[in-house]
Amino acid sequence: MSTQTTYPAAEVASPRLTRRQKARLSLGVQYALGIAVIGLLAFMTDWATFSAAFLRFDILERMLPRVILIGLVNTIIYAALAFVFAFVVGLLLAVMRLSSVAAYRWFAGAYVEFFRGVPALVVLFMVAYGIPNAFPGFQFPGDKYGMVMVGLGITAAAYMAETFRAGIQAVPKGQLEAARTLGMSHTRTMATIVIPQAFRVVIPPLTNEMILLVKDSSLVYVLGVTAAQYELTKFAQDFLNRSVNATPLIVAALCYLAITLPLSGLVRKLEARYAKAR
Amino acid sequence: MPTQPIPAPGSHAISIRNLKKSFGSNEVLKDISLEIEPGEVVCIIGPSGSGKSTLLRCVNLLEVPTSGTVLVGPDEVTHPDADLDRIRRRIGMVFQSFNLFPHLTVLENLTVAQIKVLKRRKEDAIATARLNLHRVGMSHKEDAYPGQLSGGQQQRVAIARSLSMEPQLMLFDEPTSALDPELVGEVLAVMKSLANEGMTMVIVTHEMAFAREVADRVVFMDGGYIVEQGLAQEVIGNPQEERTQSFLHRVLNPMVIDAAEVIEAEELSTA
Repeated sequence: MSTQTTYPAAEVASPRLTRRQKARLSLGVQYALGIAVIGLLAFMTDWATFSAAFLRFDILERMLPRVILIGLVNTIIYAALAFVFAFVVGLLLAVMRLSSVAAYRWFAGAYVEFFRGVPALVVLFMVAYGIPNAFPGFQFPGDKYGMVMVGLGITAAAYMAETFRAGIQAVPKGQLEAARTLGMSHTRTMATIVIPQAFRVVIPPLTNEMILLVKDSSLVYVLGVTAAQYELTKFAQDFLNRSVNATPLIVAALCYLAITLPLSGLVRKLEARYAKAR
Repeated sequence: MPTQPIPAPGSHAISIRNLKKSFGSNEVLKDISLEIEPGEVVCIIGPSGSGKSTLLRCVNLLEVPTSGTVLVGPDEVTHPDADLDRIRRRIGMVFQSFNLFPHLTVLENLTVAQIKVLKRRKEDAIATARLNLHRVGMSHKEDAYPGQLSGGQQQRVAIARSLSMEPQLMLFDEPTSALDPELVGEVLAVMKSLANEGMTMVIVTHEMAFAREVADRVVFMDGGYIVEQGLAQEVIGNPQEERTQSFLHRVLNPMVIDAAEVIEAEELSTA
């Protein structure tokens, strides 16, 4: 589209291209190569066999509406519960880690190092079975839902604590000084001035945590859930076994995307809104 | 000065006695004593690194002194049991980098501490805020965010924010040093009108013309000591100490220093 460039004399005299022309040519070659590869793959694919194994609409029809009403809904519930737990605990840990009290710093540091290093599956298992064994008679509120909230939330809290800590430390020291100078206590300063500003910094990494939790909810199967408590992956596996066909996995994958893509969109909106108040 | 008798508490706006402050092995304040009277406007001048800002920040304990005492009115700020949050409410502070809260609008910047700290009703806080925005000529920007304002406007809002707490004295830490030259005047004008209203002010500044015109007293600091102090016209117009003379000479005539002089000074200070 853009200008046919500048030096007509040079153009006539030599076949050499200007920088812009070279860049456009290079880009054109890349596009052509990309299209060629995709075309080749599409041509070589045995669509009949592939769709028989992965894209059977009759199986999709049989999965509906329960894949949405049970699988998708439970995945969202599990992830949301764990996120809320991790958010609160993570924020608390971050504040502890920056505290002037050494014992708080030590505890928060140890928590983060431990739960970042241990597989989420193990933690979930230990929470769900370890706690009721250690405290006989203890019942998680909401049964499986309570177990998942704590079991997945504990691990996510470790990651979120680090995210929040980075966000809090990104707030300039002058903000703290200005607030203290106005007579605000340390706690008040954190709550009113520092954390709201830190929150904007951490929105993008926090989305990552949320998306990871959505996918981590697939670990819930270790708790021996009932059919009504299935999340997407377990639901798809179940269907996979019964139908001896991989279509349910594709459907589950699309459902995960149906959760994560709007989430990313929401975050972009939030960021745009906060950008105004910078 | 340290030989003066200790006055009855509460008779000075600020009373600093034998103040010392070290950062590690670097002693920034070496035995400072200074009294500031209610209604007085004091400008602290001196070369960079002389401890001016540190002295100011010791008054509201943003820096904790190594030794010595600071009294603000009747309250000993340096007492271990001092209720700092309560004392700080009465001490306004304006920073070189403004430090407005970027996530709050101009009006909210002025009301947040009134509501959260002074427990004022929201309507009262807003009324006080509007009054002070008017004082600094920023009424038209109450719904703007700090990021949408110029440096001079931000600093005027910062002054209004401090005033909204109705402080008994105001500390200014190089309030115009971060501003583009053409924005300095609007901030100095606000400070001058504040001085004329009788506010007690301690101002760390490099604006000699302002100090000369507005200050009741000028304090010259160098190397962690108060070298000379007195009426603004005398200290700036007719300095007695050699260090004051050479500092003022450099500040007032920045173009007359030649390279040889700079090199000589460097060598002297590192020797």
